[in-house]
Amino acid sequence: MVVFEKPKALTDKVFHYCPGCTHGIIHRLVAEAIDELDIEGKTIGVAPVGCAVLAYDYFACDMIEAAHGRAPAVATGVKRSMPDRVVFAYQGDGDLASIGMCETVSTAARGENVTIIFVNNAIYGMTGGQMAPTSLIGQVTQTSPYGRDPKTQGYPIRVCELLATLDAPQYLERVTVNSVKNVRNAKKAIKKAFQNQIEGKGFSLVEVVSACPTNWGMTPQKALEWIDEKMLPQYPLGCYRDKDQEV
Amino acid sequence: MQEKTLMKGNEAIAEAAILAGCRHYFGYPITPQTEVAAYMAKKMPKIGGTFLQAESEIAAINMVYGVASTGKLAMTSSSSPGIALKTEGISYLAGADLPALIVNVQRGGPGLGGIQPSQSDYFLATRGPGHGDFHVLVLAPASVQEMADLTGKAFQLAMKYRMPAMLLADGTMGQMMEPVVLPEPKNPAAQPPAWAAVGTEGKRAHNVVNSLYLDPLTLERTNFERFQRYAQAEREETMWEEFMMEDAEICVVSCGITARVSRNAIVEARKRGIKVGMIRPITLWPFPKKPLFAAAEKVKSFLCVELNMGQMKQDVELAIRCKRPVDLCCRVGGMIPSPDEVLQKIVKANEQGG
Amino acid sequence: MAKLTFNEELCKGCGLCVAACPKHLLALSQGRLNQKGHTPVELTKPEECVGCASCAIMCPDCVITVER
Repeated sequence: MVVFEKPKALTDKVFHYCPGCTHGIIHRLVAEAIDELDIEGKTIGVAPVGCAVLAYDYFACDMIEAAHGRAPAVATGVKRSMPDRVVFAYQGDGDLASIGMCETVSTAARGENVTIIFVNNAIYGMTGGQMAPTSLIGQVTQTSPYGRDPKTQGYPIRVCELLATLDAPQYLERVTVNSVKNVRNAKKAIKKAFQNQIEGKGFSLVEVVSACPTNWGMTPQKALEWIDEKMLPQYPLGCYRDKDQEV
Repeated sequence: MQEKTLMKGNEAIAEAAILAGCRHYFGYPITPQTEVAAYMAKKMPKIGGTFLQAESEIAAINMVYGVASTGKLAMTSSSSPGIALKTEGISYLAGADLPALIVNVQRGGPGLGGIQPSQSDYFLATRGPGHGDFHVLVLAPASVQEMADLTGKAFQLAMKYRMPAMLLADGTMGQMMEPVVLPEPKNPAAQPPAWAAVGTEGKRAHNVVNSLYLDPLTLERTNFERFQRYAQAEREETMWEEFMMEDAEICVVSCGITARVSRNAIVEARKRGIKVGMIRPITLWPFPKKPLFAAAEKVKSFLCVELNMGQMKQDVELAIRCKRPVDLCCRVGGMIPSPDEVLQKIVKANEQGG
Repeated sequence: MAKLTFNEELCKGCGLCVAACPKHLLALSQGRLNQKGHTPVELTKPEECVGCASCAIMCPDCVITVER
């Protein structure tokens, strides 16, 4: 009996991601959620600009490539056009929290009934490792070569906490994928974010604290450990909004 | 046959869009076109359509892109500075071969400019509606009736050629009130096009709406194929109107409000025995090169009348291959030439004998 | 008894599965490369695998199929 296999909602296209890149795990969790909820035929995904720009090749559902940062606006258009479809956007930290921050906040504030998967690895991978809005103080990147200096380059942004100030969002949870236990929790959160949409409950976002071994300059396993050491103190795991739990 | 109604240009666009089967509008307030959004805000909820005031003009064009990806008619409207914000999104629409309508009710520029009318986005519409090699259909109304008629036409052509369309109106067209006979209503299409991202329903391979092609040969091929569609549009969809051109020795070229002003000037000039006529482009892309080239065989000179520093003038010169002199009568910043100003230019052209 | 199947050509030798296996049964191959030039992972003691699927859960590339 097969207890683990590649989900059907992923195509046969080989992932281009670096060895140990957590995009691979997160794509799989999204696909598992789509399989288990049996929604592939009515799901439409919106791909970002970033390492995951080719996500449109990896998911077997209909896919739309969006301009950088605009995936939530594109998802809004798709959902308003086809409210009975399941619409998700998959975005990195530049896409969601830098150029697209206005769209992120506004889509959340409108409570659009869409699902956003936010991959936060504190760096811009695709373009070669530049500073992200979520890069840590002191983090060395190509555009913060002396370490992120708060005086000139500001402080990192905590997206879940930010969006939790809005009335509309249904569900905001921060998870990570650096251990089997955490991957299992991340999957639960991602599945719930899709389930919420099916039930018409409104805006759901799962922030996945992720690794970028290549641009962090670490081995894949060390990068997962760095998540524990450095990322999680800045980005604590947990549920920041769940209207299901509110009295 | 519908009755005549007195409508403001901006509202005529909105109503005509709904009659054409558009059920999704995304906009942002900016003078002088906010009435389009206000009209849609009232009307769309009543017919089960979408009205959304987006967080920015950029978000609005991307919402249009989202609806267009599902194969449906979608529309946004703005004015010059807001249109500039949309150019990336317009390029994405073109690169993904999606139909959509962008309405530009032009105001004075550059920069924040003014709120009075202009035609200074001619280059933006015809040369640079976004980055990369592509065109958008550009339609230039000269009356509230055309604001209505060309809206429906724009949607029809956009769907036929799988490309964005821009309704390029000057500010006066948006604000003026005239009687209009609205078009017959059309229902939104029952089935999505085969290429649309609407959900596979497990019945087909997935559709991908995209403009990214990392392989240069493939990207080149998509560009070449797109331009073949553009060539067909140029052959079949060019629209223009001729006024008193049969024996004309001077050809006025103008659109929008300046075409109407020029008409008055031409009538007055004719009373003085000057043989002048007008070619009024209705599609700015595709541009009416053929009638202008033919006119260059007969007339002695051309006079462009536009609310910009001489943008359409360049297309006239290209169309006639610089065979005849092309003069310019222009006002900018929100000013509009009077019939007398245009008349003086016609008189001068006549005296110079071409 | 558990059975693991490895789609070796997908393996990028990242080693996440090696670290994840609670019984340390996985290791990157020595001196053997796949078509992409990576050192694919190997199950050193198949008889001790209980099919917990920790390796497959951590694998970013869907290399491993687990049967029990």
